[in-house]
Amino acid sequence: MAMNRDEIYGEVKEVLIDALGLDDEEVTESATLMGDLGAESIDFLDIVFRLEKSFGIKIPREELFPAESLMNNPEYVSNGKLTDKGMTELKAKMPHTDISTFQEDPDVNKMADLFTVAAVVNFVEGKLKAA
Amino acid sequence: MRWIWIDKFLEFNSGKSAVALKNVTLAEEHLHDHFPGFPIMPECLMIEAMAQTAGILVGEARNFEEKVILAKIQKCVFHHYVRPGDAITLHAVIESIAPEAAGVSGRILRGQELIAEISLMFSHIDKNLAGKEFPEENFVFTDMFKSLLTGLT
Repeated sequence: MAMNRDEIYGEVKEVLIDALGLDDEEVTESATLMGDLGAESIDFLDIVFRLEKSFGIKIPREELFPAESLMNNPEYVSNGKLTDKGMTELKAKMPHTDISTFQEDPDVNKMADLFTVAAVVNFVEGKLKAA
Repeated sequence: MRWIWIDKFLEFNSGKSAVALKNVTLAEEHLHDHFPGFPIMPECLMIEAMAQTAGILVGEARNFEEKVILAKIQKCVFHHYVRPGDAITLHAVIESIAPEAAGVSGRILRGQELIAEISLMFSHIDKNLAGKEFPEENFVFTDMFKSLLTGLT
């Protein structure tokens, strides 16, 4: 039977607790992976590996966390802000993420805040539906 | 990797798993200080032994084309001391491997006794770190290391 959102959230929470060495209460839907939960770049790969195992899905790395490839492209970033073209690309690549607040001030330094626990849950939910 | 901390491989299943052997001897000078009158193998050197076993396993899986660097200790639990005269075996299993990185779960045994559980992540550094450039030659895997695999692969 298909998992509902709460079940997916529970499993994602376990993955994050194991991968980042967190306490149960630290993980909330709105917590950002880098700012609040202290994830570093290698942790993102660790999280991807663990999600693949837990949910039996395949996740190309740039699909869940596409920021790196965007930020290194001068067409998408200008003067530390995401260009219109970059924003279109971001929307296309992160349909699982709410970017409305970021859109008002697309400072690339704030892009990290887009990676929340809720975004990961949405992503997995979408992957499971598509499977 | 320019120094060897494992003695030989006992098993090597390319891309899957490996078992290496490390004999611990009182001739290792650090044991005289760790600790005087009570020599035990430092836990950090158990991690090193596992990192070498698992690192070679991960490197061989990509034909030693990647620069494989220890990036994260996912898990590390020690159950018993290792003393001079002990022979420990390092059992490494590749859990995940991708173009950028690999995850390996490992166990250290003395005979059948579980000594430690150590899981590690390795980064293929040319595929990470946002295009930072590294020397062309593979400074991780020298011929000295590859010689450990003679007759096994």
